[in-house]
Amino acid sequence: MIVRLEPRGAVAGWVSAAMTMAALIVAFVIGGLVLAFVGGDPVRVYLHIVNAAFGNIGVISDTLVKATPLILTGLACALAFRMRLWNIGAEGQFLLGAWGASAVVLAPVLPEGTPAIVVIPVMMLAGALAGAAWGLIPGLLRARLGVNEIITTLMLNYIALAWLQFWVFGPWSEGGFQQSVTFPRTAWLPRLTDFAGSVPALGGLTTHLGLVFALVATAIMWVVVSRTRFGYEMRLIGDNPTAARYAGVDIARYVIVVFAVSGALAGLAGMSEVSGVVHRLQDRISPGYGFTAIIIAYLARLGPWRVVLASILFGALILAGREIQPSGVPAMIQGIILFCLIGSDVLVRYRVRVARRGAVGAT
Amino acid sequence: MPLAIEARGIVKSFPGVLANDQVDFDLRVGEVHALLGENGAGKSTLMNVLAGLYQPEAGELLVDGTAVRFRSPRDAIAAGIGMVHQHFTLVPSQTVTENVLLGLPLPRFRLDLRRAEASVAEMAAGVGMRVDPRARVWQLSVGEQQRVEILKMLYRGARILIMDEPTAVLAPQEAEELFATLRTMTGTGRSVVFISHKLGEVLAVADRITVMRAGRVTAAAISPVGSTPADLARLMVGRPVLETLERADAAPGRVVLSAADVHASNDRGIESLRGVSLQVRAGEIVGIAAVAGNGQSELAEALTGLRRCTGRIVVDGVDIGGRASGAALRAGVGHVPEDRARVGSAPNLSIVDNLVMKRFRRPPLARGPFLDDGAARALATDLKARYSISAPSIDSPVRILSGGNLQRLILAREIEAAPAVLIAVQPTRGLDVGAIEVVHRLLLELRAKGTAILLISEELDELRTLADRLLVVFEGRISAEMPAGGADLQEIGMHMTGGAGVEALAGMAAAVASAPGAPPP
Repeated sequence: MIVRLEPRGAVAGWVSAAMTMAALIVAFVIGGLVLAFVGGDPVRVYLHIVNAAFGNIGVISDTLVKATPLILTGLACALAFRMRLWNIGAEGQFLLGAWGASAVVLAPVLPEGTPAIVVIPVMMLAGALAGAAWGLIPGLLRARLGVNEIITTLMLNYIALAWLQFWVFGPWSEGGFQQSVTFPRTAWLPRLTDFAGSVPALGGLTTHLGLVFALVATAIMWVVVSRTRFGYEMRLIGDNPTAARYAGVDIARYVIVVFAVSGALAGLAGMSEVSGVVHRLQDRISPGYGFTAIIIAYLARLGPWRVVLASILFGALILAGREIQPSGVPAMIQGIILFCLIGSDVLVRYRVRVARRGAVGAT
Repeated sequence: MPLAIEARGIVKSFPGVLANDQVDFDLRVGEVHALLGENGAGKSTLMNVLAGLYQPEAGELLVDGTAVRFRSPRDAIAAGIGMVHQHFTLVPSQTVTENVLLGLPLPRFRLDLRRAEASVAEMAAGVGMRVDPRARVWQLSVGEQQRVEILKMLYRGARILIMDEPTAVLAPQEAEELFATLRTMTGTGRSVVFISHKLGEVLAVADRITVMRAGRVTAAAISPVGSTPADLARLMVGRPVLETLERADAAPGRVVLSAADVHASNDRGIESLRGVSLQVRAGEIVGIAAVAGNGQSELAEALTGLRRCTGRIVVDGVDIGGRASGAALRAGVGHVPEDRARVGSAPNLSIVDNLVMKRFRRPPLARGPFLDDGAARALATDLKARYSISAPSIDSPVRILSGGNLQRLILAREIEAAPAVLIAVQPTRGLDVGAIEVVHRLLLELRAKGTAILLISEELDELRTLADRLLVVFEGRISAEMPAGGADLQEIGMHMTGGAGVEALAGMAAAVASAPGAPPP
């Protein structure tokens, strides 16, 4: 018996969607087996995860808080991946975005007492610009000199972290601790709980305005990739750069623009995190959002709205996972999901055929 | 005469296709038997059955009178049947001899290259092939690489050689050399099956001809004597094919494309265009004749902005020399590229996306920054119908299209963009008779509309049929210009090789071998 992979012709949209769902289910089954193997009860663990992430309005709000930076960094990765630009540097761009936004308060760029209506937009702009600048470095190197962006984006992550640490250990340190002072309230993104005065039901809900940024960014990206000439040219470059050049597309320009926008999205995620959740700059503001974003973009098959769904799933895993075990279980499930996705990708592109060998005997 | 191969009632199906339906085929010892048919007629399927790659569902196969059943190509080789496929399977960094020995069980441990080289050279000489056994494959021209593939089979003891469209990748002179080799081989008692869809060469080389259409044999083992290309074309296509094209006299208008002193380098950095100057007028087809690798591919890329160049290239008064592809596009340069799949289309994108490639920047498709999806789909539906692009739907990815259909799509896109000048490179390469007819008709219609057309082709017959004027390119320069009508083949060939008189062929072979543009596979 031999097993052969035959390439499929046209693949219907529902096939790849079904494969993704199947990959998720298989991942959770394998995860369950691992849990059972170490003596846990997988059903109870999964029920606990569901309950801890979606059990009541409070935890749903917390899940969305976790999902917010994932959506923005996930979009950053999905946008670049559509052009087959492997931006592995969303983490670094996120950190730079956080730094840029913090600089507005800590440098300070704006004088003390500036109203929130001015501070917040300036912080958004600073965060996005800092992230874009960090994305432009690999973008320019790739477009002008053909430098492999996987290496540069990956390495720049470490430089970004070192940069951030320099500022929180040194100039912006609060009394020698590796964090800055807490931002004034004018630099905080509004949260649902801030409106508890008029709507008591919102009390304690920490979902902040960053979620709205994320959803608006999703909508804009959806329109751009599916309805505009820019999105069409990205598709063309992503599928066949030679044909894109043949169609008169200036590829270098697109590489630079897409890297800058990708960096800006990740930078905005960093801004939303310092301004909406942490309210100060510290070196451990990201538990690896920029890396998880890679898996999210992949799981979403680069679709903007699917990035939102995948981010909520991963947000839930991060939130609930911590309640079960500080790091092991969520990281394990994330890893298994990635493996199953890569496996299912083969099944989307190829059909498995089992042929019986030796059916025709020699005479 | 004894039969080398006898196949009776071969049936082979693939999901949804009956590729071979009760096919009979026989091959005599010492003959060249041509198997003729359009793409998808089932020729390759039948030969893959003979070579042990496919197992038939029904039918029997006799080799030298003995019934055989092949389970793999190894079995077929053991029975003396070797197949040379269209796509070569050589290791570029290894020598000819090393490639020949690759995969053989012997020698087991010590490789006596000297002796192997001697026997490879001897074997090549025996069939009249010029091959240096120590040359590395990447240095060889396509024709020479094909000889290595043939040697591989002969070295494994093949007495029956199956050649799958061997001339598709060859220049005319290389094809001539191949035919000479095939005749030498049949003279030494070997037999050859020759798959092709080119009528002229089949008539020239074959002892007998079998024609297939839609999985069945439509003419079994007929003699080329007394057959005409028109007969064969009718048997292949299943309807009479218009041999003569409606062709109005040329009425060239103003100069649309004017190139002066264009220089460019090829991918290896060697200057392959050395000062080409030419003009193409409205309503005129100018043909470029050249042996592969003499700079004609670089010329097409330079004119369309895909390759850096120096010199003036003026289209309707706009100088686009040395500027990017976007400038050529805006100036009205259409391009039917040599490599349809890798340059001319985005394989995983839909027919819609591929059809709008050249005009999505302008209204009505463009609406500010947006792309009007409805207008794009309407355009695609219209072009798919008018150019008979056969595909499940306009949303199908173009990688599932056959070669002829993909070429129709590219022509539809380039022609409908109403270019001022169209650069068409090998527009009929690899297409079957019916599809070639369509392409020729479309080019002539475009000419009648007043488009200036530069046709680069290695098919001299095509150039003489379509072109008004011929430019011969040799080693990156224009070596001759002549009216296409009544141009003498010998004379064209002489200019194509840069030589003169009897030295033409030798010079040609050297030119091919040293051609800077001949890419490694």
